[in-house]
Amino acid sequence: MDLFEYQGKQYFARYDIPVSKGDVAVTVDQAVAAAEAAGYPVVVKAQVQVGGRGKAGGIKLANNADEVRTHAGNILGMDIKGHVVKRVWVENASDIDEEYYASFTLDRAAKKHLLMLSREGGVEIEEVAVTNPDAILMLHIDPVDGLSAAAAKKAAIDAKIPEKAQQGVADILVKLYRCFVEGDCDLAEINPLILKPTGEVHALDAKVSLDANADFRHPEWEEFKATEELDAREQLAREKGLQYIGLDGTVGIIANGAGLAMSTLDVVNQVGGTAANFLDIGGGANADLMASALDVINSDQNVKSIFINIFGGITRGEEVAKGIVEAMGRVDLRAPIVIRLDGTNAEEGREILKNAGIPESKLTSKPTMLEAAEAAVALAK
Amino acid sequence: MAIFVDQNTKVIVQGLTGGQGKYHGLRNKAYGTQVVAGVTPGKGGTDVEGIPVYNSVAEAVAATGATASFVTVPPKAASAAILEAAGAGITFIVCITEGIPAQDEARTYNTLVRDFPKVRLLGPNCPGIISPGKCNIGITAGEIAELPSAKGPNVGIVSRSGTLTYQALYELKQRGIGVSTCVGIGGDPVPGTSFIDCLREFQADPETHAIIMIGEIGGSAEEEAAEFIKANVTKPMSAYIAGVTAPAGKKMGHAGAIVSGGKGTAQGKMDALSAAGVKVGNNPTEAGSLMAEIVAGLR
Repeated sequence: MDLFEYQGKQYFARYDIPVSKGDVAVTVDQAVAAAEAAGYPVVVKAQVQVGGRGKAGGIKLANNADEVRTHAGNILGMDIKGHVVKRVWVENASDIDEEYYASFTLDRAAKKHLLMLSREGGVEIEEVAVTNPDAILMLHIDPVDGLSAAAAKKAAIDAKIPEKAQQGVADILVKLYRCFVEGDCDLAEINPLILKPTGEVHALDAKVSLDANADFRHPEWEEFKATEELDAREQLAREKGLQYIGLDGTVGIIANGAGLAMSTLDVVNQVGGTAANFLDIGGGANADLMASALDVINSDQNVKSIFINIFGGITRGEEVAKGIVEAMGRVDLRAPIVIRLDGTNAEEGREILKNAGIPESKLTSKPTMLEAAEAAVALAK
Repeated sequence: MAIFVDQNTKVIVQGLTGGQGKYHGLRNKAYGTQVVAGVTPGKGGTDVEGIPVYNSVAEAVAATGATASFVTVPPKAASAAILEAAGAGITFIVCITEGIPAQDEARTYNTLVRDFPKVRLLGPNCPGIISPGKCNIGITAGEIAELPSAKGPNVGIVSRSGTLTYQALYELKQRGIGVSTCVGIGGDPVPGTSFIDCLREFQADPETHAIIMIGEIGGSAEEEAAEFIKANVTKPMSAYIAGVTAPAGKKMGHAGAIVSGGKGTAQGKMDALSAAGVKVGNNPTEAGSLMAEIVAGLR
C-alpha cells in the first residue's frame, strides 16, 4: 500500500523524524486555515501518487492567504497524469541549503536491508544512479543486527555528506530505519532530505510503501486504507475478498493461483487478445467464490468474453464445475464463458458442465489453455 | 535418488491439529510420506488419526527421530515455529504459510543463516516439495506427479509459482515423463531456498537428467539463476516465465510478483535464461513440449 506524501509525513512523525509543520486540506478554506496554522510562507502541494507534480504546476509557494486561496483553488481538482488531485498538503516553507537522499528497502537478491544514501538529493535517484553512481552509498544491513548509531554516522561520512550535516543525517537514518522495520515498510524514502541554514536536517518529502502482510499488527493503518485509490471494480473485488487488478482489455479472466492467472493474461495476449483484469480466486474455487468473481467481471462494461482457467490440484474438477453451474444460476452474465478445466478429476468436471443444460452460446469448454484462449479472444472481437 | 527428501525422510507437522494442517498432513501421509508426529503447544499427548501430537518440536524429534518439518501455522506464529524447528534439530523445514510480513521473513532467514547454517528452509508461501513415489510435504496433489522411471530420463522441476508448479507436473505427466523431485520455492520476497539451491542439487542428482524452471515477474532470482546455469549446469533445461503482460507497479497476487522501476520484467528474465542455453517457452505447455523434445533426445 503506497501512502500519499502527507500520510508518509504523518507516519514519519510517529518515529520522531522531523517534518515541516503543516496539514492536509480538501477545500480552499481548509488550505487557508492550514497555512495560517503553519505560518507563512507556505508550500501548497498536490497529493497524488505520481511523479512530476512540480512540473505539472502541482506545487506552489504562497506568501499570504490570498495566494494560498489562488493556488489551492487551481491545484484541487487538477489532473496530473490521469490522477485527479483531491487533497493538498500545506506546510511551512523551508529554507534549503543542501538536498540529500536517503531510503531503506529490502534487497531481495542479498536478502538484507539496503540503505541508499546520497549527497545529491532532490532529483530522481534513478537518474543519479545512471549519471553519477559513485554519488550513492549502498549499504547492506543484516536484519538481525539492525542499524547502530555508529554505523549510521559512518554511512553519512562514507556518503560524503558535509561534516556540519553528518550528525543530523545519522540521527535521521536511525529513526528512518526504525520506521522501516517497526513500521513494516517495503520502502521508506526521503527525497530531499534537507539541510537548513540553521543546521537542522529535515525530511522535506516522504515516500512510504507499506507491507500489506503486516496489516494485522498495525491498527493505525485503517485511516490509510480509506484514502486508497481503487477503481470501482477493484473496490467491489476487495469487498468480496478477491485478488483483482483492473486492466483495459475485453477478455475477463478468472484463474486459480497468481502464477496461473498471470500466465492466462500472457496466453490471451499471445493469441491476439487483451485481458480486462487479473483475478486470482485462490485454491478453493467454490460456488461462492466463483459467483463473487463472476459478479466483479460482470460489472466491467468492457468485458466481451470471460475466460475461466482452472487447474485442479487439491481442488477437484467436479467441485469447480458445480461451483460454476451454481454461480451461473445466481449471476446474470452479459458475456459468454470459455472454460478450461484441467488437473485432478477434470473429466468428471467437464461432464457436469456438459450436462448442466447451459447453452453453448453461454458456456464452452476447451481442453487446453491455448485453445480456450483462442476461443475467448474470438468471442471478444 | 531425489533431492532434499526421499522415502526415508521422517516428517513432523507443526500445526497438525489445525484445519489446513490436518488436511494436508493426512494427505501427505496417505501418499506414503513418513509423517511421524504433529506439534501443537498444549495438545501434547493427543493424536490426529493415529499420528501422535507433541507440545514441542524438541519432544517430537526426541520421540521420533524426525529430520523434516512441515510448518502450517498462521502468519503471526510462523517465524517462531520455523526457529523452534531449527533449534530442535530439524534440518529441512517446509513452510507453506502465506502472508508473513517481509520484515519477519528477512529476520528469520538471516537468523537461520547465522545460527543454524545447516538448516534448509523451503518457502514460506510455497506449495512444498514432492519426490514422486517417495515423499510429499506440502499441498501438492500427489496424483498429478509422474513417478520417475528406473532407467530415466527423469526431470526435476523448480518453480516460484504455486499453480504453475502443478501445471508443470501435469505437462510432464501427460507426456509420460518421470519426475525426480518437484520443488515449489514460493513467490515471497525472501524465500529460504532459491532457484540456485535447487539447480545445484538437481545438477548433482544422478536420477535427474533434465530440469524445468518456472519463474515469474519481480525480483532478480531468475537472472541470478541464469548466471548460475551458464557456469554450473550441464543438464538440459526448459523454462517458462509468467507475467509478460503484467503492467508495471501492480502486485500480481503475491508479494513477489511486481515489476517496479523497469526491473523484474518477464522479457529480461527470458532473455537471460535463453542466453544461458535454456529453452524458453512462451507458455507452460510450450515449456512442456520443449522438455519433451529434450527428453526424446536423451532417450
